Amino acid sequence: MADIEVRHLSKTFPAKDGKVEALKDINISIESGDIYGIIGMSGAGKSTLVRCLNFLERPTEGQVLISGVDLAELSERELRKERRDISMIFQHFNLLMQKNVTDNVAFPLTLQGVKKKDARKRAEELLESVGLADKKRAYPAQLSGGQKQRVAIARALASNPHILLCDEATSALDPQTTASILELLREINEKLGITIVIITHQMSVVREICKHVAIIEEGSLAEEGEVEEIFNHPKSKAARSLLKNDGSEGEWPGDEILLKELHEAARIRIVFTENSSFEPVIANMVLKFKAPVNILRADTKNVGGIAKGEMILGLPEDSELRQQMKDYLTEQGLAVEEVEDYE
Amino acid sequence: MSNIDPAVAIMIVKGIGETLYMSVVSTILAYVIGIPMGITLTVTDKDGIHPNRFIYKILDVIVNIVRSIPFLIGLMLLIPFTRWIVGRSYGSTATIVPLVFCAAPFVARLVESSLKEVDAGVIEAAKSMGASNWDIIGKVMLVEARTSLVTEATIAFGTIFGYSSMAGIVGGGGLGDIAIRYGYYRYEAGIMIVCVILLVVLVQIFQTVGMFAARKVDKRLTH
Repeated sequence: MADIEVRHLSKTFPAKDGKVEALKDINISIESGDIYGIIGMSGAGKSTLVRCLNFLERPTEGQVLISGVDLAELSERELRKERRDISMIFQHFNLLMQKNVTDNVAFPLTLQGVKKKDARKRAEELLESVGLADKKRAYPAQLSGGQKQRVAIARALASNPHILLCDEATSALDPQTTASILELLREINEKLGITIVIITHQMSVVREICKHVAIIEEGSLAEEGEVEEIFNHPKSKAARSLLKNDGSEGEWPGDEILLKELHEAARIRIVFTENSSFEPVIANMVLKFKAPVNILRADTKNVGGIAKGEMILGLPEDSELRQQMKDYLTEQGLAVEEVEDYE
Repeated sequence: MSNIDPAVAIMIVKGIGETLYMSVVSTILAYVIGIPMGITLTVTDKDGIHPNRFIYKILDVIVNIVRSIPFLIGLMLLIPFTRWIVGRSYGSTATIVPLVFCAAPFVARLVESSLKEVDAGVIEAAKSMGASNWDIIGKVMLVEARTSLVTEATIAFGTIFGYSSMAGIVGGGGLGDIAIRYGYYRYEAGIMIVCVILLVVLVQIFQTVGMFAARKVDKRLTH
């Protein structure tokens, strides 16, 4: 049984001129112990979707099942109890600014009626596990962004949840801090077996940590599946667009000129899988067909711990030769696809 | 200052006592009524944690009506009511009734504005942890807003303090009463000036103490 099951979920908000459809018929299923990414541009509806998972927002239509339990069927009191099992962290951390770090982490426990002394003891243990043992008397205003998110994570873990929802949890952090927070999340997932749902607009975050991903575009599910598969064979325009914007390696200085040329040449996108990275495939191809190809873009990315090469090639105009080249590359075990709307 | 009549000195000391008594008791009672009103306004507003148009609108209208009655007029209007509660309509205990009546809605607005400053994200986080609305009010809103609540309590006290002097016009007791009786009706400018100076000094003291307390409880500052 899936840990989180979303069935035909829709959400509309009333607006001045009629209503806004934030989510349209979303179906996803998240297995226990997964790290599941939900990615989309801002305004795509992903934040609304994650709030539907703990009923901070009630869906207009459809169901959300947590371990088989339909949240809509719970009373207000039962729902509050269920939420202890579904923790959440936020982009802006949302810590209590007037309470010190220990009391922040102890807060969900005191809500549950745990004695203050016991709650503090547990909070201190949790702070230690996120590497903040020396900050337990500090107030949030005295911490850096990364430290605040660590406090928020410790607080989220206090109630021993089995699901952790992360709403743009690294979007306010610099790349280095992001990496360390993602590492912490991975550790939590591995050690505690907590199912993690990550909402983000950064492909790099999904690539770094997620096993599965759903791509949300304008309130609809554009594509869903294993991260590796979507990285290799993005089917939807939204996925390709997000991959293209995956700019963790920085901007390409010649991008604009390249794009112009790209539009004019016949071009393909190839992805190297593990072994082929070591073989000089392109060089061999050029030697074999005695025709030059133009390398328009090349990049290596880390997908779920595996190095992946990606290249965009401009092929000769001759359509027969082009087809032969594509066949050759496919034989070599590379993922090959035509690039049409690569912008 | 050696020519001050001991009787006048005693009267002024007594006046200080009465002014403090009226202001402090009125502020406390105004908060006893104003805090629940302010919380209700915050909670039932359309972006609140339990929106309820009907309740919000009723309270909103009551607060606006009472606040738009000038204190001096309210003081007169309430004389029958005051007499019914306290037994008479003059003296410092009687003045507390109109003071509380007029200050409570003002306090409700101050409390409402403080509570609305609390970061919606923090409230959402508390909800995501399974907090009930009562938890959110008691353990999140009132705690997070405490600096602003203390600052505004200082403002409320200053206003009530000023009102209490106005009550001197109907024999409300305190420094204001003395200033009006001696300074206005009997042209004894000296006594009036002494009363005004004392009023100013007292407001300054309370203002300073209030601001110090507000800073003391604020943990957002990195000391």
